[in-house]
Amino acid sequence: MFWNLPLVAVVALVIIALAIIVFKKNLIKVFLGIVILESAVNLFLITLGYREGGIAPIYTNAPPASMVLPTPQALTLTSIVIGVATSALLLSFAIIIWKKYGSIDIDRIRRLKE
Amino acid sequence: MIPAFIVENSPALMVIVPLVAAFLSPFIGRISSMVRSIWVGGAMAVTSTIALILALDVYSAGTRLYVFGASAASAAVPPDSGGIPIRIIFEIDQMSALMLVITAISGFAIILYSLSSERSHTGLESFYTLYLLMITGILGMVSTGDIFNFFVFLEILSLASAGLIAYRVDGGVAVEAALKYFVLSTIGALAILVAIGIYYGQYNALNMAMIAARMQFSVLDQVALVLIIAALAMKCGAVPMHFWTPDAYSMAPSSITALLVVASQASLYGLFRTVFTLYNVTLNAATVGWLIIILGVLSMVVGVTMAIPQKNVKRLMAYHAVSQTGYMLLGVGVGLAVLGNQSLLDAFGYMAMEGGIFHIINHAMYKGLLFLTAGAIFLRVGTYNLNRMGGLGHSMKWTMVFFVIGALAIAGIPPFNGFASKLMIYESVFVFNPLLAVIAMVVSILTLASFVKVFHSIFMGPALPEYSGVREAPMPMLVGMGILAVVVILFGLFPGIVVESLITPAAHALVDQGAYIGAVLGGA
Repeated sequence: MFWNLPLVAVVALVIIALAIIVFKKNLIKVFLGIVILESAVNLFLITLGYREGGIAPIYTNAPPASMVLPTPQALTLTSIVIGVATSALLLSFAIIIWKKYGSIDIDRIRRLKE
Repeated sequence: MIPAFIVENSPALMVIVPLVAAFLSPFIGRISSMVRSIWVGGAMAVTSTIALILALDVYSAGTRLYVFGASAASAAVPPDSGGIPIRIIFEIDQMSALMLVITAISGFAIILYSLSSERSHTGLESFYTLYLLMITGILGMVSTGDIFNFFVFLEILSLASAGLIAYRVDGGVAVEAALKYFVLSTIGALAILVAIGIYYGQYNALNMAMIAARMQFSVLDQVALVLIIAALAMKCGAVPMHFWTPDAYSMAPSSITALLVVASQASLYGLFRTVFTLYNVTLNAATVGWLIIILGVLSMVVGVTMAIPQKNVKRLMAYHAVSQTGYMLLGVGVGLAVLGNQSLLDAFGYMAMEGGIFHIINHAMYKGLLFLTAGAIFLRVGTYNLNRMGGLGHSMKWTMVFFVIGALAIAGIPPFNGFASKLMIYESVFVFNPLLAVIAMVVSILTLASFVKVFHSIFMGPALPEYSGVREAPMPMLVGMGILAVVVILFGLFPGIVVESLITPAAHALVDQGAYIGAVLGGA
């Protein structure tokens, strides 16, 4: 039961994030939803990599036994870096939208449709 | 003739060269714009050459494996890793090689074109950086054999494409289009990452061959399959998720739109790679095959019907791109639906897949060509609105010729390449299910009708007084379009040779999951 708690948190975060992305009208809040979604996925990867009583693969300190393969941590790190780039690009879009349209309400960002 | 070092390391070089060139181009561009043009043009020429060398090698000598961080490809599975290939591996089989050929030809033609079409614009420092990053992303996506690596290249591609779609801000409208594209592709990429996590949790591997060898098709794998199909079908613009396509395609600079077509094909490649290589016969082929067929038919019909009333020429072409993607999904979907049944596969399955795959390369060529002609017209006339154009045939003769070639190819008129691949799709799909073939033909006729209208409103009629000063497009742009036009005609005149030497090996490589696994794990 306790072991499943992180996965429950992952599902909860995904649902919260999708709800924010779908229902919020403020562009910044939508972006926050995307960031939460990223965190949920990162938590999922980390949870997969957790081994109870495992030995961290730090060669200088580790006892001479088999260590945990740090692939999920490496994946998470990569994913965080990509997430930073994504957030930066999204926020720069928001700045331009604010300058040109004077609003970040997604109902008003509709000039393409006209 | 070609140094062995280059052939040996071509998979790494073709990603490194554009990557390094991309980040150096802002610095080199400070010297002068002439030097920058030579630098980026040269970098793209080198990249294309390396990619073509690699593709040639794959077609003559079979699947190539490149293991990063190892001295030889035979070290794919380190002896002390418990039989898991932990290094990042590039695996280029004939299907990947075909995508390399497409990217190399289009990438080179398009950069020639954009060196001229973008010359008078500002902000070119980062334009070519992003352009070369897109090339890096596409080449990486189609050649990697590691599913997480695929995700990384997909994100490089998405970031660079979004930046380029928004490049000409245009009162914020282009940013709006890029925003739509980027939010969707970020969510899609995260869905793919969840699927990667699911594979890793079950099979302790990120290598596609390893995952494929261990594939159980459990409930979790079905979830992962759905996530990946949804995300990649969205990225290639199949119909229920197509709404970003017309916005992004019409707002991006024309040269970038032509490259976005290639980028969509790379996503399509990812979709086929997942379905055929990761899952292959373990999945319920008929169900997933029909799912892809239905996606394809919907894309064909909805795309073309939405295209007909459009006034903006690039928006119209974008809807046609959606429609043409449907043909590829239809062809390959039919092949998938009969997967595992060797007699049906031999009877028409392979032919349908070959038609679908042939259409990928044809589409990249003629659609790229059409978008480039639209860009040339915009450069001279300053509008995309069909109602305000007319009589341009008097002044832009070469552009008109290229447009006609592209339009006849997309409508499937002989002797252009669209006819060859569409005929293969019609014939094989008719055996599978006559109704689908009829739909495909009707869509083709509607496409022709739509392009006749466009042709008439852009080029025919008397020369309009407001466009009296319009001249032909500049020479480098014509050369860029000419390369694509020549490929369109050659593929249309000699489809037999192309199919035999390029397409059939690709289709067989896609179906033959055992060979893909065996290349990494050693005859598993």
